[in-house]
Amino acid sequence: MTALLTVDGVGKRFRGLTAVDDVSFAVEQGAIFAVIGPNGAGKTTLFNIIAGELAPDHGAITFAGARIDRLKSHAICRRGIGRTFQLVRPFPTLSVEDNVVVGALLRHPDPVIARRRAHEVLWQLDLFAKRAQQASTLTLPDRKRLEVARALATDPKLLLLDEVMAGLRPAETDRMVEILTRLNHETGLTILLIEHVMRAVMALASRVLVLHHGAAIAEGAPEAVVREPAVVESYLGAEAVE
Amino acid sequence: MIAWLIEGVPRRGLVALAVLLGALLVAPWLANDYLVTVLIIILYFAYTGQAWNVMMGFAGQLSLGHAIYVGLGAYAAAALYVHYGIGPWIGLAAAIVIAMLCGAIIGFLAFRFGVGGVYFAILTIAFAEFARIGFDHFQWVGGSSGFFLPVANYSRSDLWNLRGSPTMFYYVMLVLTAAAFVLCHALLKSRIGYYWQAIREDEAAARSLGINTFRYKMYAVVISAGMTAVAGVFFAFYYNNLFPEQIFHISRSIELILGPIIGGIGTLFGPIIGAFLLTGLSEAMQELLARRGFDVPGAKQVFYGVCLLLVVMVLPDGVWPWLARRLGLKRQQS
Repeated sequence: MTALLTVDGVGKRFRGLTAVDDVSFAVEQGAIFAVIGPNGAGKTTLFNIIAGELAPDHGAITFAGARIDRLKSHAICRRGIGRTFQLVRPFPTLSVEDNVVVGALLRHPDPVIARRRAHEVLWQLDLFAKRAQQASTLTLPDRKRLEVARALATDPKLLLLDEVMAGLRPAETDRMVEILTRLNHETGLTILLIEHVMRAVMALASRVLVLHHGAAIAEGAPEAVVREPAVVESYLGAEAVE
Repeated sequence: MIAWLIEGVPRRGLVALAVLLGALLVAPWLANDYLVTVLIIILYFAYTGQAWNVMMGFAGQLSLGHAIYVGLGAYAAAALYVHYGIGPWIGLAAAIVIAMLCGAIIGFLAFRFGVGGVYFAILTIAFAEFARIGFDHFQWVGGSSGFFLPVANYSRSDLWNLRGSPTMFYYVMLVLTAAAFVLCHALLKSRIGYYWQAIREDEAAARSLGINTFRYKMYAVVISAGMTAVAGVFFAFYYNNLFPEQIFHISRSIELILGPIIGGIGTLFGPIIGAFLLTGLSEAMQELLARRGFDVPGAKQVFYGVCLLLVVMVLPDGVWPWLARRLGLKRQQS
């Protein structure tokens, strides 16, 4: 297997604060890769750098064989990286369906065909029945799935998910985990996720990277990583390993 | 093409549209001269409101200086006509190009350097004011003492040179308004329309879906500016006189956006309904006051203020969304 995404020595400082400190990792084609860490560890900053919302101070990011670290976010999406936002950002006055159509228009400029593609994605995310609703009327779990649907409609090779489980109840978390697992199995979609919900991380991820104060302190298979003393100490607390 | 345009529009909506268009087509035969001039003003505001709505209603970019595009269009076509004898229809092309260039400059400065929201609105006001002061000193087109087109008594309507009776101007304005409506409808149904709405709702989210927001915001400004310039050409040939203090004045920019705000920002019928309500009712009120022997300067402005207040309080989305629900015309979500 080859790496689809390579992050090499990436760093970012905000004034005096080092948000991301020389982080390197690689995401294999077809993998589900999780980034975990306490609040303020720099996970979202790292995501925003990969997605092109922020420029890194140094380091290189390679996606599908080409450097992307100086590209704008819309160009990065065009290359095949879809993302969601930690605080969901649906287009509130548009219908659920039109939200997804906007995403699908990237690969299908004709709105009629984009709508067809949007319907497929809405099915996959269990949102088809709610497609006519205005996006602002959705409940949080539905909005989280809409966020995923919209990103998925751009037909990404790599999907960046920023805490899509946060605020969900366990049953809803399991539903999301199942949807993501199915997408990964059936379409070979590579997923890079930031997650706090360890239940989801353990169920989904084949590999985990732990960030603390912007630096990578551990990387490996989830079962191994959560037993590393540095990780337990900095983040999980002893009881999480049980 | 037509099938594509009407696809998804409810049947009752098409019928209502046909009735409205039919009524407007026969109106000059039923109305007296005064009423025709009022209808011209209504259509003028429906048209300019529609053009402004492309920027604000569709793409979410607030322009408070749209008078600049009216003025540039008016002066461009008038100058070509007076100085070189070039007719208004060729002048129209020049007017559109000049206004689009001006829109592109304002848009580039704002969007390239991340000027958004109220700061963008202030920038548009600033440019309109530059133009007003600049044209005050632009002697080639008369400066502050005004620029005049030759007025002659034309027994016949000369459409090629836009000289003729109010009825001719009425039909010209009706065609323009209908064309703007169809154009906006087509834009909204296309990818550009979806992208504009996405940018209006959340720009960062739009970028994350691969939308080049800079480019699409530029399209919105340039298209809106070009459309607005057409109204300027009409203005010049209808009124035959241009004063920088009037045409570029900020009150003109404000007047132009009241229709769509009251009718419903971002809707296709909003600018039309708004223009009918505002101009129609204010003219009726003035006529009524005049008949009673009152002459109240500023009554129109007070009336506009009251209308705006009522809409903001009672129907914050504007009159049209409410009316559409009442008439059962709300578009079905497919």
